[in-house]
Amino acid sequence: MASENLNAAEQAEVEQPAAAESAAPRKRDLALVSRSTYMKEKALQYLFFACAFLAVVTVVLIFAFTMMQAAPVFTDIGLANFFSLTWAPTEGHYGILSLAAGTALVTVGALVLGVPLGVGTAVYLTEIASARVRALISPAVDLLAGIPSIIYGFFGMVIIRPFVAEITGGLGFGALTAWFVLAIMIVPTITTLTIDALNSIPMGIREASFAMGATKWQTIYKVVLPAAKFGIVDAVVLGMGRAIGETMAVLMVVGNAPVIPESISSPVSTLTSQIALDMSYSSGLHRTALFGMGVVLFIVSASLVGVVRLLSKMRKKG
Amino acid sequence: MTVYRNAPEPAQSAITVSDFNFWYGDFHALTDVNLNIAKNKITAFIGPSGCGKSTFLRCMNRMNDLIEGTRNEGTMELDGANIYAEGVDPVDLRRRVGMIFQQPNPFPKSIYENVAFGPRLQGVTSKSDLDDIVEESLKRANLWKEVSGQLGKDGLALSGGQQQRLCIARVLAVQPDVLLMDEPCSAIDPTSVQKVEDLMAELAPEMTIIIVTHNMQQAARISDHTAFFLQEVAGEPATLIEYGETDAIFTSPMDKRTEDYITGRFG
Repeated sequence: MASENLNAAEQAEVEQPAAAESAAPRKRDLALVSRSTYMKEKALQYLFFACAFLAVVTVVLIFAFTMMQAAPVFTDIGLANFFSLTWAPTEGHYGILSLAAGTALVTVGALVLGVPLGVGTAVYLTEIASARVRALISPAVDLLAGIPSIIYGFFGMVIIRPFVAEITGGLGFGALTAWFVLAIMIVPTITTLTIDALNSIPMGIREASFAMGATKWQTIYKVVLPAAKFGIVDAVVLGMGRAIGETMAVLMVVGNAPVIPESISSPVSTLTSQIALDMSYSSGLHRTALFGMGVVLFIVSASLVGVVRLLSKMRKKG
Repeated sequence: MTVYRNAPEPAQSAITVSDFNFWYGDFHALTDVNLNIAKNKITAFIGPSGCGKSTFLRCMNRMNDLIEGTRNEGTMELDGANIYAEGVDPVDLRRRVGMIFQQPNPFPKSIYENVAFGPRLQGVTSKSDLDDIVEESLKRANLWKEVSGQLGKDGLALSGGQQQRLCIARVLAVQPDVLLMDEPCSAIDPTSVQKVEDLMAELAPEMTIIIVTHNMQQAARISDHTAFFLQEVAGEPATLIEYGETDAIFTSPMDKRTEDYITGRFG
């Protein structure tokens, strides 16, 4: 079929000069789409649709599974117990608030340290660094993202913890150590997305600022950063998602005491680290409560993605 | 060798340039440019693409400093002071030598904030002073009537021609002595071109204006002096071929190459 069409096309080409010579334009058939091409196109279309649809199915299935496992939270544990302060599964207390407080403390601290570091790195790389320095630092930032989180955990435990212990007294297991570890871990996320945001700003705006007599710093601070603000908020929100969800590195340095944090250097526990610690041996309502915590984490991260979506819509509207 | 046609004397000049050479890395872009830019007049730089006229314009407020690996030789004086002398602050220079670009480039801020940007940089903080400057500048840029009720609107929401006049208002707000315009009309509609040209004529009595243009009718219409630049051989530096009164250049060019260019034989 396909080869027939090709022949037809060749013939048409050969006949063209003759057609041009004759006075009245002659009707000439166009080649039809061959059946095999059509089938191939359709098959590929469905294949790629299936790939994309898998993501949706997975999200739905995971959410449904976690929800089902967590269902007894409503019936057997009760929301009052679940949203209380005391986490003591052996005594029937399944309160996640102290764990949530641990997660909040660890995340906020990581952002306070990590956002300036990440945004600063991005500003340096896009606005200040020479091409040569950029070629050195950019891959290093990318590599940070590729380091397994357990290595960060080692690093935090062996290098940062003793350092923190020295300053604060005690063993150094606690939120403060987790801040330093997480701050470094969220840098690649924040830096990469901030670089995208900064690079999407037209060069002309920077030129205009310099031509107005603005210094480099004034250009960055008054023109470039405000122009990129939505993109930077995106970066921060996604970095926050990374910090909330990080489990292994946090588990290794945070001390794992499921209590309301007494200080930034006292042992605490987070939602993720507690799930990881208990999942292997828990059963019954204890296990249920862990799935309940999973649902809470799921909802928080879904909300963060929602915020990012909303922001990008706002940005498009300008 | 440059042909001079009743070119401005140093005494009546805002900018005097002697033996100026410019390099992008190893590439020698401009060689031996000598010219004086008349004070409070309009000077047009013409020439085919790649002839170095924009490069030369961007030397006048040291915008080329922002490009890695550029250097220059010779002197370029603004009111008698060499702008490339050691220790000169390019930031201060750019406050006196404003620039308008080919592509209108308002900041993604409100109309008001765009115009107030320069004065704020210079330390003006009083709301009423800023209000006055913004209104005055928009009036001088012939944009006030169109935007007076909506100063809070994003500058990018304006039409291309309005954006360009907003950029002009933004520059006027810092009261520069010299205004450099790099093909300011090539990305805007014909009606707006007319408005920008009228505006230049209004500004010229108290401001030195230098415009790079590809439009020879425009150069002939609005400028007092015209400089013709040409890069004769690819890879070789460009230079100033003929410079002087616009009427003389356009009605009786003395250099064959100038004549060929303005009659449309190349470029």
